[in-house]
Amino acid sequence: MTGKARIVPSPVSLARMGPALTGIATVIIALVVMEVLVRAAIINPFLVPTPSQMILSLGRLFAEEDLAHRFWLTLGQALIACGLTTLVGIPIGALLHRYGLLRRAFEGWIAAWMAAPIVLAYPLFMVLIGRNSATIVTMAFLAGIGPVIIKALEGLSGVRASLVKVGQSFGLSERQLYWKVLLPAALPTIFTGIKLGAMRALLGVVGMEFLTNVGGLGQLINQLAERYDIPGMFASILFVVAVSVFFFTIVEWAEKWLGARS
Amino acid sequence: MTALAQSNTSAKTALQIGATAVILVVWEVMSRSGLFYQDVIPSIVEIIRSIVNILAGSEFYRNLGVTAYELLVALVIGVSAGTVVGMCLGTSRFLSQAYERYFYYLGTTPKIVFFPLLITWFGIGAGSKIAMGSLAFFLPVVLSVSAGVRGIDPTLIKVGRSFNAGMLDMARKVYLPAIKPSLFNGFRLGAAYAVVSVLLAETKMSNSGIGFMISDAFMRFQMPRMYAILIIIFLFVAILDSIFVRFLRSRDPALANF
Repeated sequence: MTGKARIVPSPVSLARMGPALTGIATVIIALVVMEVLVRAAIINPFLVPTPSQMILSLGRLFAEEDLAHRFWLTLGQALIACGLTTLVGIPIGALLHRYGLLRRAFEGWIAAWMAAPIVLAYPLFMVLIGRNSATIVTMAFLAGIGPVIIKALEGLSGVRASLVKVGQSFGLSERQLYWKVLLPAALPTIFTGIKLGAMRALLGVVGMEFLTNVGGLGQLINQLAERYDIPGMFASILFVVAVSVFFFTIVEWAEKWLGARS
Repeated sequence: MTALAQSNTSAKTALQIGATAVILVVWEVMSRSGLFYQDVIPSIVEIIRSIVNILAGSEFYRNLGVTAYELLVALVIGVSAGTVVGMCLGTSRFLSQAYERYFYYLGTTPKIVFFPLLITWFGIGAGSKIAMGSLAFFLPVVLSVSAGVRGIDPTLIKVGRSFNAGMLDMARKVYLPAIKPSLFNGFRLGAAYAVVSVLLAETKMSNSGIGFMISDAFMRFQMPRMYAILIIIFLFVAILDSIFVRFLRSRDPALANF
């Protein structure tokens, strides 16, 4: 029997979309409720702007406050800081793994470094390096490097002994062993560290921009707050959330590209 | 201790002492070299003098009390709210798929950007700092607890159900004990962010607390004092963290795999 087959949405895919749609629907409903409540002044309109005001302010922000440029500035600084943590952190982790003595001596120091609020010393770096992007990237780098080192160490140590033995049975040199066996095997854990470090780096970038008024989205939020431009402030906070989503999508895409996801 | 172990330990200690000595020497050289603007890198003697002064005075402890109070309240609010929400998300696949991603997005956002908002809502006193800290605790705990609940061995849940346990009992007696590792890890993650957030918030806008002390010292260009406070706080936090990790590891060696 010929004839076109009818395309029926399978119940499975609808069920799968259900929750996601519910999530979005809830957000929309919440926004509508908020709009109504604030317009009716049930919620103090000075404290909470209406969602429509927030969205409208975006246009103003793009035109007057250079929102797009700031977005790329913040994102760029975060990516550079993250890249630096990777380039510096993984070799340090490998060094600690290779020389057990170094590891025993300094592993505790790195854990302490991670726990302590390093970014608190930012005024000093500002005085030393200047009120510019370099300071921001430096602070973000310092904030984010801890997890990278620790996870690199953990990943390299956790490689299955059988893999190492196979490599040794092929007569691989030390360097070859690292590049061809240990690093690839440790990649998933290393990437967990990179993601943790990225989170701290982004926190550092936006926090530093907020506190030192150098530029980028963090500074914008600070300025808008001081001008009591609450709708604009909300809108730019949403933009920062967008930056972090963007940023982490890039990191996860890199992870997939390197084949670290199993 | 075997001879090998003893020599290993002494080698390690020697290395640590050596590294510390190198850092101190380089610092002192830089300080006296005149390369930097006066007092940006103060001499170690000055710094130690400041440390002693600060620890001897009462002002430090008063401010420490303020900050500790803010952090503690934030801890209670953030962790309990986070656990409840996390358990809801973890037990219901529907809720998790609908809403968890928003918590994830919020979680990766630097919490400091919410600070102006919190000031507007809670004032410039302790309230906004507590709110900051609560938020910083809340989000990692939600995500960790939710993942932890999903990872519970189904057998445990079935046992609970077979006893006809109500929701509260299930939560208290089955879920909570089973997710302890995730909870502690989430707490530890949240604690690091909370400490940074609360201290930075105090630096920005406050008239008490450790963050304020640091900002105040910097404003008056009392650099040795600022370094002294920073060093004391860093050591304090690092020691607390290592105590916490040791406590966790003594309960269960697999925990605190950070």
